[in-house]
Amino acid sequence: MSNFFEKSDLSRKEAETIISDTLRKCDDGELYLENSKSESILLDDNKIKNSNYNSDLGFGFRAISDEVVAYSHSNEISKNSLKQSSENLKSTLKSAKGTYNHEIPKSNKKYYDNINPIEQKSLNEKIKILNDVNDYLRSKGDKVKQVTANFLGEQKSVEIIRCGGETLSDVRPLIRFNVSVMLEKNGRKETGVYGVGGRQSYDSYLKDENWKSVCDEALRIASVNLESKPAPAGEMKVVLGPGWPAILIHEAVGHGLEGDFNRKKTSAFHNLMGQKVASEGVTIIDDGTIDNRRGSLTIDDEGTPTEKTVLIENGILKNFMQDRLNARLMKTRSTGSGRRENYRHIVLPRMRNTMMLSGKQTQEEMIKAVDKGIFAVSFGGGQVDITSGKFVFNCTEAYEIVDGKIGSPIKGATLIGDGPSILKEVSMVGNDMMMDPGIGTCGKAGQGVPVGVAQPSILIDKMTVGGTKL
Amino acid sequence: MVKDQEFLEKKASYCLGLAKKLGATDSSVVVKNSVSETVNFRNSKLDESNRSDDLGISITTYIGKKKSSISSSNLLNDNLNILIEKCVETTKNTPEDEFNSLPDKDLLAKEVRDLDLYDDSHIANDQKIDYLKKLEAAASNDKKIVNTESSFTQNKSNFVLANSEGFCDGYKTSSFTASSVTVAKNEKSMERDYEYSSKCFLKDLDDAEKLGNLAAKQTIRKLNPKKIGSEKIAIIFDKRIAKGILSTFASAISSSAISRGTSFLKDKINQKIFSDKINVFDKPDMLKGLGSRNFDTEGVKTDTLKLADEGILKHYLLDTYNGKKLNLKSNGRCGGTSNLYFENGNINFKDLLNSDSKSLYITETIGHGSNIVTGDYSVGATGFLVENGEFKYPINEITIAGNFKDMFQNITLANDLEFKYPTNSPTMLIEGMVVAGK
Repeated sequence: MSNFFEKSDLSRKEAETIISDTLRKCDDGELYLENSKSESILLDDNKIKNSNYNSDLGFGFRAISDEVVAYSHSNEISKNSLKQSSENLKSTLKSAKGTYNHEIPKSNKKYYDNINPIEQKSLNEKIKILNDVNDYLRSKGDKVKQVTANFLGEQKSVEIIRCGGETLSDVRPLIRFNVSVMLEKNGRKETGVYGVGGRQSYDSYLKDENWKSVCDEALRIASVNLESKPAPAGEMKVVLGPGWPAILIHEAVGHGLEGDFNRKKTSAFHNLMGQKVASEGVTIIDDGTIDNRRGSLTIDDEGTPTEKTVLIENGILKNFMQDRLNARLMKTRSTGSGRRENYRHIVLPRMRNTMMLSGKQTQEEMIKAVDKGIFAVSFGGGQVDITSGKFVFNCTEAYEIVDGKIGSPIKGATLIGDGPSILKEVSMVGNDMMMDPGIGTCGKAGQGVPVGVAQPSILIDKMTVGGTKL
Repeated sequence: MVKDQEFLEKKASYCLGLAKKLGATDSSVVVKNSVSETVNFRNSKLDESNRSDDLGISITTYIGKKKSSISSSNLLNDNLNILIEKCVETTKNTPEDEFNSLPDKDLLAKEVRDLDLYDDSHIANDQKIDYLKKLEAAASNDKKIVNTESSFTQNKSNFVLANSEGFCDGYKTSSFTASSVTVAKNEKSMERDYEYSSKCFLKDLDDAEKLGNLAAKQTIRKLNPKKIGSEKIAIIFDKRIAKGILSTFASAISSSAISRGTSFLKDKINQKIFSDKINVFDKPDMLKGLGSRNFDTEGVKTDTLKLADEGILKHYLLDTYNGKKLNLKSNGRCGGTSNLYFENGNINFKDLLNSDSKSLYITETIGHGSNIVTGDYSVGATGFLVENGEFKYPINEITIAGNFKDMFQNITLANDLEFKYPTNSPTMLIEGMVVAGK
C-alpha cells in the first residue's frame, strides 16, 4: 500500500481539510490518488528490444455540482499543488449549492490479491522465457519469419479520499503476456497473435511451460490465415465461436448501455428500457466480481464495490451501467461501473467483464443450420457509433460455411451490424460459454481500461460481412 | 504555468550525470511538462472544466551495446535516484544488441530555428466559455439537433532532450483546439457528426459560429440513411478519412516495419507504388505547422523528404536503430512523420465528384481494418451515394474493402489540400473498391 503523504509537505490531515472545504457545497467529488509501477519487456526480431520500467504518481481532484464536473490533476502531491487545484475547482463551481452525498456502499469482498507481479519474477527469468518463446517458434520451420513476445506487468495503488475524510483504497495487480508470429509461404505473409493475462502473478499463467500453448495458438492462427482466400461481401448468416468473439456484445450493446450516453439520450438504446432488445434466451451481464479477471475490480474508481449487473435478461433490457454522477442524475444507484484510465482522467461509466450467458444449443447444430455463411473464431477488435448504433468488429480467424459444413479459411474482414437490432437476429445460443483469454482493452473518450468479455457460440441470422468477393 | 527551459535542463543534466556515475557508458533523457485547460459545454451549458499539469521524464541508459529505459511522472531527486539506479542495473542484465546506440554525432541538429510553434497568449476560462456559447448557439440552431457537446482546450508544453554526446535542446509549443459534436434526430434515425479546429496560435482558430454551423450541417445531412447492395464501386474519401490512408502508408514505410519484414512495402524503394501523379512530402519546417519540429525524438536533424515522387517510393522513415539494421543513416524520423501530405492533384473537387457516374463519398470509417503486413483493408463506413456529381442520399451500415497495393495505384487527388491536421490529404478518389451492404 502506498503512503501518498510520506514524502510530501502535505499531511493527510491538511489534505482532508482542503478536500472537505472544497467539496462541502458540492453534490459529490473526491481526491483520487494513484501510484502505479509498470514494466514492459519486449522481444522482437530475435533480440530483447526494450526493457522499460515506469513509475507514475499523481492525483486527480474532482468536484461535481448538479451536472457540472470540475477536475484538476497534477503529478506533484504538495500543499501548493492541491491548493491550486482546489482554487480551480472552486472557481468553476462558484455558485454550487448542493448537499454532499456521503452515502457509499461497503463490502469486504476482494477479487484479487495484494501482490506486485513485477517483483515476483526476476528480469532474468522473464528474459529467459522470451528467448525460449523465440527459439520454440523458430524451431517450427523456415516459414516462421518473425516472432514478437512481450511481458506487461503493473501494480496500481489507488486511494480515494472523500469529503469528511472517508478513505477507500485498493491495490490492483495486472499482467499480460503476448505472442505474435509472422509466417511466409510462397511470398505470402500472415500473422497470428495470442495472449493471456489477468490480475495474478505471471506464473499463474505461464508455469509448467504454459507459454508453449500461447505460442501454439498464435502459430495455429497464422497457419490458418496462410491458406485463407478472399472473404465474401454481403449479408449472410454468421456463427460466432465462444469466448473472445464476445467483442460483439461489448460493441453492439455494451457501450450503448453505459449510463452517460443514456442520460444524454445520445445512445440508440436510451428509450428502450424494459423493452425487448434481444431474442428470447439472450441474457447479458456485466460482472466486476469474478476472481482475478482482467476486467474485475474490488472497488471502482469512485470507491463503489463492483457487482454483477444484469443488462439484458431473457431478451429484455433491464439496467444501464452507472457511475455516481449519472446514477444521481437518472435517479438510480451506481452499479460500481465508474472507471478511469488513471488520475489524469475523469470518471466515466464503463464495462468490466461483459458476458452473454449459455443457452442450450451446440455449436454443431448452428453450423448445420447454415447453407451459406461464415464461422468466425477470433477477432482483433471493434468499434461502435453509439448514436446510430452501427458497430464493427474485425475477424482474424474465420471460415466459410457451405451447406452446413465448415469450409476454407477466409481472410480477415470487418463485420458490420446494428446494435439495437443485431441481438434480435440471434437464433441459437450455445451451451459452451467461455471467458476471453484476458487481453482486452476498451477505449472511450481517449481512455483505455482493461476489460473482459465472454459468450457461448451463437448463430446470427443476418449480418454484413465486409470481404472483397462479390 | 508551464515549467521553463532552465528547470527542465537542470533535471536532464542531473539524470545524465547520475547515470554516468552509476556506470552507464551513454544515456539520453527527455523531460517534459504540459499544462492544459479544457472547458466542455453540453446543450449550451457548462458541463466540465478540466486542468491538467503533466510532468514526465524518460531516461535510456546504455552500457556498451546493452540498453534499458525508465520513465516517471515523479521528478523529485529521491525518486530519480532510485529509478536511475534500477535502470542501470536492468541495463547490465539485458542482452546486447549490436544496433543499440545513440545517434551519430554529425546527424544531431545543430541549430534550432524558431518555427513559430508557441503562442504566449492565454485564453481564460471565461473567454473559452464565450467562444463555446457562440459555437453552441450556431450548432443548435436547427430543431433537428437534439444534443450538442463542445470543447475548448488550451495546451502549453515545453520539453528538453539531452544526451551524453552533448546534445541538449528543446522548445515550447502551444495548441488551441475547439470541437463541436452534434446529434440530429428525426422519427426514423439518430446521427452524430463533428467539426474541429486546432492551431498553434489562438488568433488562427476557426470562428466559433463557422465551426458550430458546419458540425450541425454535417450531422443533419446524415439523417435517414439507407443501406445499399454489395458491388464494386469508386470510393471518394473526404479529407478527414483520406489522411488516414496516408497515415497507413507512413506506418508501412516505417523503418521498424521494414527491418522486421512486416510491411507490404518492404523492398519497394525506387518502385512505383502509387499512380503516376502522386507526390508525398514530409515537411518538418513548416511555420506554425501542427507537426513541425526542429529535430526528431533522438535529436537527429530533420530535412524535408519527398517520400514519393511521381508515384515512386523514395525513402523509408528511418531512426538510428532500424537505420543501422538496414545499413542506412537516420533521416530524422524517430517518432514518425512531421507535416505529412499528398501534394494537390490537378482537378477540382466538383470534377472529382463527376469522375464516375456513380460513386460513394465516405465521411467516416469505423474499425481497425488496416493490415500493414498484407495490405488488406476492410472497415465499416458511413457516407453518401453520389450520382452524376450530386449527393443523392446518406448511406450507412456498409463496409468498404480492398488491398492497399491496388488502392495506391488507383488514387486520384483533388486540388483542395489544406493543413488542418499534422497529416493531410486532398479529397481522394479510389477506383475499383468493394462495398458490402445488403
